Amino acid sequence: MQESPKYWKGIEELESSPEFVKNALTEFADFLPVKETYGSSDAAVAPRRDFLKLMGFGIAAATLASCETPVRKAIPYLNKPQEVDPGIANFYASTYFTGQDYNSVLVKTRDGRPIKLEGNPESPLTRGGLSARAQASVLSLYDGARLQHFTIDRKKADKNRVDSEIRTKLAQAGRIAIVSPTIISPSTKKVIAEFASRYPNTEHVQYDVISASGLLQANGGVLPSYNFSQANVIVSLGADFLGTWLSPVEFAKQYATTRKVSSDKKTMSRHYQFETTMSLTGANADTRVPVKPSEMGAVTLALYNAVVGGGSGSYKNATLTKAANELKANRGRSLVVSGSNDANVQALVAAINQALGNVGTTVDLANPSLVRQGNDARMTQLVNDIKNKSVGAVIFYNANPVYDHPMGADIASALPGLPLTISLNDRLDETGSLCKYAAPDHHYLESWNDYEPKRGYLSLAQPAISPLFATRQAQESLLTWAGNNTSYYDYLRAQWSGVLGASGFQAAWDKAVHDGVVMGTASPATAPTTAVDAGSAAAALSAPTKSGEVELVLYEKVGIGNGSEANNPWLQELPDPVSKATWGNYVCVPYDMAKANDWEQGDVLKVTAANGKSVELPLLIQPGQAKGTVAIAVGYGRKQTGKVGDGVGANVLPLATMVGNSIVYATTAKLDKTGANETIAQTQTHHTIMDRKAVVQEATLAKYIENPKEVTEYEKVATPDGLEAPARVSLWQDYEYKNHHWGMAVDLNSCIGCGSCVIGCQAENNVAVVGKQEVINRREMHWMRIDRYYSSDHHRDEFETEGKLATYAAMENPAENPKVIFQPLMCQHCNHAPCETVCPVLATTHSSEGLNQMTYNRCVGTRYCANNCPYKVRRFNWFSYYTNEKFENVNGHMFTDLGRMVLNPDVTVRARGVMEKCSLCVQRIQLGKLEAKKQKRRPKDGEIVSACAQSCPTEAIVFGDMRDPESRISKLLRREDGERAFHVLDQINVQPNITYLTKIRNVENGNEFVI
Amino acid sequence: MQHVSPVREPLVTGGKTYHDITQDVCRQVEAKPNIRWMAALAVALFFLGVFLYSVYRTLWYGIGEWGLNKTVGWAWDITNFVWWVGIGHAGTLISAVLLLFRQKWRSSINRAAEAMTIFAVICAAMFPVLHMGRPWQAYWVFPLQNTFGSLWANFNSPLLWDVFAISTYFSVSLVFWYIGLIPDFATIRDRAKGPIAKVAYSMLSMNWKGSAKAWSRYETVSLILAGVSTPLVLSVHTIVSMDFATSVVPGWHTTIFPPYFVAGAIFSGFAMVLTLMLITRVVFKLEDYITLEHIALMNKIMMITGSIVGVAYITEFFIAWYSQVEFEQYAFINRATGPYWWAYASMMTCNVITPQLVWFRKVRYSIPMTFVLSIIVNIGMWFERFVIIVTSLHRDYLPSSWAMFSPSIIDIGIYVGTMGLFFTLFLLFAKFFPVINMAEVKTILKYGVDNGPTYTGQDPHHAPTHHHATPGVPASAPVTYTKHD
Repeated sequence: MQESPKYWKGIEELESSPEFVKNALTEFADFLPVKETYGSSDAAVAPRRDFLKLMGFGIAAATLASCETPVRKAIPYLNKPQEVDPGIANFYASTYFTGQDYNSVLVKTRDGRPIKLEGNPESPLTRGGLSARAQASVLSLYDGARLQHFTIDRKKADKNRVDSEIRTKLAQAGRIAIVSPTIISPSTKKVIAEFASRYPNTEHVQYDVISASGLLQANGGVLPSYNFSQANVIVSLGADFLGTWLSPVEFAKQYATTRKVSSDKKTMSRHYQFETTMSLTGANADTRVPVKPSEMGAVTLALYNAVVGGGSGSYKNATLTKAANELKANRGRSLVVSGSNDANVQALVAAINQALGNVGTTVDLANPSLVRQGNDARMTQLVNDIKNKSVGAVIFYNANPVYDHPMGADIASALPGLPLTISLNDRLDETGSLCKYAAPDHHYLESWNDYEPKRGYLSLAQPAISPLFATRQAQESLLTWAGNNTSYYDYLRAQWSGVLGASGFQAAWDKAVHDGVVMGTASPATAPTTAVDAGSAAAALSAPTKSGEVELVLYEKVGIGNGSEANNPWLQELPDPVSKATWGNYVCVPYDMAKANDWEQGDVLKVTAANGKSVELPLLIQPGQAKGTVAIAVGYGRKQTGKVGDGVGANVLPLATMVGNSIVYATTAKLDKTGANETIAQTQTHHTIMDRKAVVQEATLAKYIENPKEVTEYEKVATPDGLEAPARVSLWQDYEYKNHHWGMAVDLNSCIGCGSCVIGCQAENNVAVVGKQEVINRREMHWMRIDRYYSSDHHRDEFETEGKLATYAAMENPAENPKVIFQPLMCQHCNHAPCETVCPVLATTHSSEGLNQMTYNRCVGTRYCANNCPYKVRRFNWFSYYTNEKFENVNGHMFTDLGRMVLNPDVTVRARGVMEKCSLCVQRIQLGKLEAKKQKRRPKDGEIVSACAQSCPTEAIVFGDMRDPESRISKLLRREDGERAFHVLDQINVQPNITYLTKIRNVENGNEFVI
Repeated sequence: MQHVSPVREPLVTGGKTYHDITQDVCRQVEAKPNIRWMAALAVALFFLGVFLYSVYRTLWYGIGEWGLNKTVGWAWDITNFVWWVGIGHAGTLISAVLLLFRQKWRSSINRAAEAMTIFAVICAAMFPVLHMGRPWQAYWVFPLQNTFGSLWANFNSPLLWDVFAISTYFSVSLVFWYIGLIPDFATIRDRAKGPIAKVAYSMLSMNWKGSAKAWSRYETVSLILAGVSTPLVLSVHTIVSMDFATSVVPGWHTTIFPPYFVAGAIFSGFAMVLTLMLITRVVFKLEDYITLEHIALMNKIMMITGSIVGVAYITEFFIAWYSQVEFEQYAFINRATGPYWWAYASMMTCNVITPQLVWFRKVRYSIPMTFVLSIIVNIGMWFERFVIIVTSLHRDYLPSSWAMFSPSIIDIGIYVGTMGLFFTLFLLFAKFFPVINMAEVKTILKYGVDNGPTYTGQDPHHAPTHHHATPGVPASAPVTYTKHD
């Protein structure tokens, strides 16, 4: 018998003395040296005093131990980087472009973490404006659903192994395809070219989810640059140029310049919109005509005929004739755009612009836009090649065609059979999860890159944080596989030395990185002189669908866009500017269709498209929707994007039809009620203004030209001295503002309702996301909201004839094709604030600078202030949004250490049970004052800007010190006093510090154009 | 010294002796609890459990457990608060105002009515605390010395006035009630057999000796407290109404609110007193003490205050029309014809129309009818507060923020839960405390006045024009008193 090895703990055990054996069996030594310690005479029992002493010590020790504050790791810099000061924000110029809209941005970083994006005022294109989507992209950086390492077959893999396997396989692959959305980076294109030179069978296929193939085709392969600021008359045929089309921020900037009026400039552009569903642009149009998608060709043709002359089309409309006449009267100062993807329609539009002499003024073909380069035909060909397996390798570079291409299902079924599939996407999305290899790209805020949104306009992106995960910039991956081991940074610099010139390169490069943008780098190209063959285009227009069939049109929403950022909760909860719906898509149905079929809002409809594919979505009654049509937004129904976006809504891109290799975003559809019901999460459920002039005011341009002093109605109250302005009557002692008096003015004429300010505010102020159910419960937390009102066909003047009750009931219903007005609403910072008087604990008080302040840690949460707020801008923390597991999915960025990096350290995350609201970005005011104080001067006007004003693409919001007579806001208020300036609910005399300017519509007469 | 009028009907029937009163009242306290009481307590405890669970959910997860939203920041919470406070008012009115006005008939109902007041105020006080987002900081509403620097309560806020109003009301009511209980506790103490009861009641009776001096002080204190309480009847609900009246919300901002709320409070309070009394008198066999006359009188008060409330409703509409303020007008049009029209209709039916039935003598003296009526009025008064709070808030100035309110299960749980709390307290009171003020009822008994005038139903100073069919009944006769009118 073999002896097992013996282990012993000490020499005593080895020796096994009897004393040791005895003690080893008892857990505790039976001798406690109490007596010795305390000198007790009785050794047998621990004396009572000693017991009490020990117990007292024990309890005190245990209590102290349990009271210990958990230690949070705050590691100071060992070697502090020179430019980083704890608590001081740094701004770095960068660029946002993900195949949708281009924005030049400034990245605000605090202690090395990007926490907010702001518009880059240096950019000649976006000029300091920023879209909601760009604003929200900072949150995507900290998205835990991003792929955090390289994978093979969805399992974590070593980077080098992935590289070597890919290189081997690429060498044997035969045909290689790189699939990407539009790439506007010259250096990236160079990288792809270098890759292609290493593997000569490489083809780079770009496609756009919402394709502009037709527009490109009609203009000789380039995208015209449009300049709305030069246009007196704008006719848009289904192009949502303020919301989603091509470059909305740039267009909004331009558009706004033509829409601003003052008593010195009483002119504004006139905007006609022909479209199917109510878009953001349509909501801003002076005159909007609903047309079916099948009629769009006929409308374009009719406009062409009316402008150029020629035969009469099938479409006749008085508004169209009027628009054509005005276009003709403004030759060279007008613009016609179309959102169609039909090359024939676009050819006609190009011909109209040419005939109007707009080329060179409002349409620039010499410096074309580059933001859409996708080619439907090539993509379709590639899909077929993938199906036929005639492609050996496919690299998806931030492209997710399985989800967002109409033929995605074909790709999905064919991909696993391909020899080599690589995903460079940032996550294992619908496409990436089907690929063998994944080499995730950096987020753009971790990357170097360059962009050319328009020929000659270059901009740079620089990393604002070191990579959070074990990812690698896609360009570097491609270079590595092509056998080039230079870093992309060096590659980019080398590339740019050609742009900036080798001499003095470092200085020029530093400046370019600092500014983020470089202009005039390309010699102006000669405009392509493609003669537009309008005749054949007209002939080729598809015939209108026979009436009777319901037509379905697919559209993009301002927040979610094509769905690539569907995992961003800020965007999911951003109310659609028009429908005010969040979290999901729905079937927009005109009122009369719903009524005829006895459908109600929220009924789930099964929508079956002509190609047999179907989705089930709830119904939303959309005023302004063309008769006989329905519309559904793309970008929803993601399955593999992350916890936030998965399963929200349904994907309708498969419903799009392919006509002759190009995607048509309209089809006919059959609608059936399923019997199910789903509430749509809208932040606004009452849609008309009920003729409340005290809330929002508008007038016509004609009236404004006639007398600017008559466009706004001012409420007067009766006093013993006759009628007076409400502010003249007061029981209150007014506050005295000795130093500053902050205020804001919102020009309702410039506000297009895009929602950029909403996200800007959310990012700046750590506003929680609450998710769909809580939005349905009407508990969204946005400090800044944009109220949207539809006009009604019924008005107060019917009280006499129809009776009050009937009229009020009728006024609740929006008109069939309503006019729309947007009103951004944040805390009005009343000087006689109703909230301040009712708080029992003085948690909300008035500052010596006119701010209505909220002291969170004093608040006990009675909600009386919110009840008494006539503007309903106060938001209550119904739950603990950062610890309650119900919100872990939607508000995840407040739960994880990763997500919390996005929070603004200057703003408290509010606890459960306290009230919160707009602070007028008091942290920015304080910062600005401190900076000025350090330099021993007063803050300069424009130095302190609230987050909403900063991000507004149309400069509708002006923020400043009303006590400084030379500030922009003071001048504006002086100029508009008695003309357009009004306070919301002036008559209740709360004396807000926020002033609104009456909206002016460029229509001759109120209802002349309502169809 | 009691003067017995030959004209006035006796306030206690059944020819009770002093000893009978003691027996009748103490019987409940001394006997083993009966099965009906146990069953009622079980039900009440179940709802108390519902209350505790709902409170746990509210405290643990937050006010989000309720149905409130950004537009409607108060709904069932403050509705219930005002409703319970209003219910309490009848007790104070009965004990204080009627004492000052020497309304002797109050003696047999004031004890229970005061208890109801206290329990109702306890239930009411739950809501201002529970409706807070951070109830653990509730003490901040008191102007306490604190370590937070210059922080202090906001004396401009009606909520602060509420704090003072409710706390004063509660403490004065409690003291008043307790003072009244002391002689009765002493009676029970003297009769007590069990050791626990002996100790407990002797502590509760504060060593009451029943000396003439003690009685004299008792009377004085009662009068003083009655004097103190009387303004409270008016002030408490006036201040509660200012929670609304001092705001800018159309439908709340109304100067008529103080009297309207006080009338409403008395209205609902009497309804609740009736509900409780009708049950108590049957369960504890106190029909001789709480007579049909009591019920009829309370019915009358209910009808009058109901009518005052009705006038207030109509006045609000008149003022809205007369003011020509569009928001005010819309608030009232929406109240009556908007999405919550059914709440308004319920309120009008229950509070204005049904109490008018009391004009009929038959209804006034009918116990089942009175009981149904009292329940209807309680429902109606709950709806009144719901209408004022929710229909005003849900559509105020900016149509963009208009929203609907629907209660969550927790809202409902807390409301029915407070009823559980109320009835638990009331049942414990009814079992362990003398439900009728023995000492005071004895003062209105005509026992021992055999040599004096007896009740004949006829005024001896005026010659009768015709003879009544019913002759006078000697007070000591062991026959039941038959009502003759």
